[in-house]
Amino acid sequence: MGADTIDKVLMTGNEAMAEAGIRAGCRAYFGYPITPQNELLEYMSAHMPQAGGAFIQAESEIAAINMCYGASAAGVRTMTSSSSPGISLKMEGISYIAGADLPCVIVNVVRGGPGLGNIAPAQGDYFQATKGGGHGDYRMIVLGPSTIPEATEHVMLAFELADKYRGPVMILADGMLGQMMEPVVLPKPVDPATLPAKPWALTGAKGREPNIVTSFYLDPEELNMMDVKRESRYRQIEEQEVRYEEHETADATVVIAAYGSVARIARTVVKMARGEGIKLGLLRPISLWPFPYAPLRAIADRVDAILTVEMNAGQMVEDVRLAVAERAQTPFYGVLGGLVPTPKDILREVKRYAG
Amino acid sequence: MPVSTENMVKVFERPNSLNESQFSYCPGCHHGVVTRIVAQTIDELEIRERTVLVAPVGCSVSMYQWFRCDGTQASHGRACAVATGLKRVNPNLIVFTYQGDGDLAAIGTAESIHAANRGENITVIFINNQIYGMTGGQMAPTTLLGQWATSCPDGREGSLAGYPLRFAEMVAQLEAPVYVTRQSVYDQKRIMATTRAIMKAFRYQVEGKGYALVEVLTNCPTNWKMGPVEANRRLADEVVKTFPLGDLVDRGQSG
Ligand SMILES: Cc1ncc(C[n+]2csc(CCOP(=O)(O)OP(=O)(O)O)c2C)c(N)n1
Ligand code: SF4
Ligand SMILES: [Mg+2]
Repeated sequence: MGADTIDKVLMTGNEAMAEAGIRAGCRAYFGYPITPQNELLEYMSAHMPQAGGAFIQAESEIAAINMCYGASAAGVRTMTSSSSPGISLKMEGISYIAGADLPCVIVNVVRGGPGLGNIAPAQGDYFQATKGGGHGDYRMIVLGPSTIPEATEHVMLAFELADKYRGPVMILADGMLGQMMEPVVLPKPVDPATLPAKPWALTGAKGREPNIVTSFYLDPEELNMMDVKRESRYRQIEEQEVRYEEHETADATVVIAAYGSVARIARTVVKMARGEGIKLGLLRPISLWPFPYAPLRAIADRVDAILTVEMNAGQMVEDVRLAVAERAQTPFYGVLGGLVPTPKDILREVKRYAG
Repeated sequence: MPVSTENMVKVFERPNSLNESQFSYCPGCHHGVVTRIVAQTIDELEIRERTVLVAPVGCSVSMYQWFRCDGTQASHGRACAVATGLKRVNPNLIVFTYQGDGDLAAIGTAESIHAANRGENITVIFINNQIYGMTGGQMAPTTLLGQWATSCPDGREGSLAGYPLRFAEMVAQLEAPVYVTRQSVYDQKRIMATTRAIMKAFRYQVEGKGYALVEVLTNCPTNWKMGPVEANRRLADEVVKTFPLGDLVDRGQSG
């Protein structure tokens, strides 16, 4: 029985994100194999044609993202997925998608890096995802799910945000989220025909003026106008789309800042610490761009330390420090190479700042 | 003295698929000839309202500004991937790319070959002017041996810079393409042949037959540093020796 007939199922994160994409009304998926993301592509190869959508295993990630550009320009909800090295190849395309104001959902099942790195879970692509990656002045909404049910919800949300703000949206998962299995409640399928019309789409200039999808504006005045318009949309996103979760922060003296799989581990640490009488809390950024600066700043005023924990050498911690602005200590604990921190390791770090 | 147009018959006019704006090509450039042929073809097939053009990065980068049909602009080399995405989600569209030799046969080789190999039902117009026009005359994959370019100042040396890439021949090896041809526009006869080839390529797409490539040998008077007449002579006398003209594949005739 296919997942389309059941609503609660046990699935890997990769499969769940793929099924959620189809249910979100995505009717075009283009990808290229790379571990630990393969199951997403494979699921799409079987299920996208059944849903009446387009699936292509492209010749490269570059081709895949540019196929997305074309399909999205035609007005269809479009998705691609990859893992770190492949995402690097997509970056030029993502910049063009942002520059042409096209919606597109990109899943990055992050693995160890740099270079070929390895296939273990990591968070080394935070800078690339949230600070640019591709060229030019653009921003990309980045969602960092920490469980498979949440990753599933984020796919639906990502399509809504991409359409609403007309730009690329990335789901920054990791190898653990992609490969692990969890029970998920799948969202109700969206019928693409019921989605709001896209009057800008390339559907043939019948009975209307031609539509143009481009990022090219030779005249600096004109490019400036397009950029400024996009910037104002980015400000709107910063005002309206900040998402985060606070866990046991009310009386905390130390708070962990962590996203994704690490945040999930950090919840266990909070429980362990509380068992030992340590007032530990967790702030989990859900939207990595826009980043929850204000909530972190508010917490900083009442705690001794905000300990950022990441599976990298310290990337999100720069945003945490920007938010905290020396109102509290902002230590960092990171593991590299595709290693995953244990609750015990994190608790040991916490104890250095508690009490 | 003002000339009265009262008793005149209009025998040549701007194709309906083009708007009033001017092409940005240099005077004497064959890009303008081929772009116009494409517009005429769209008129004749009455497909303007279904057509989406994919402009490349090159001298035809802003082509979508001159046509009265929907259009987009692809990153350098990726036009065939963009066209694939458009066509796969809306097969009713008539999708074509128009790409230079740098765009299609250097940076975009993979996308161009694989779209052909999948037999995407699109039309690819390939402008082989043996040079990078837009960036000021650097060597292209199609530059002839011995030909001067700003980045091969002693002439192209095969053992160092490779040999003129025959893209049409490469694509002709594949199973999927329905029509692969190489044409030129250096004289009236060739212009007519190119017109027929482009018509056939689009017609096959309209009929759902599949992928067609029309490679057109063109000039670049500006960067070849030649007058248009001399440039035509070079095409006819020299360039065709490396890039022979004619159909390589035509699998669309029957059915
Ligand atoms: C990724 C990237 N690399 C390089 C360029 C610079 N560039 C613009 S056009 C061009 C070559 C165009 O030559 P061709 O495709 O032969 O087209 P022509 O201008 O001759 O018609 C290059 C290298 C670019 N825009 N993007
Ligand atoms: S630079 Fe060359 S190819 Fe480009 S428009 Fe001018 S003459 Fe034509
Ligand atoms: Mg050229």
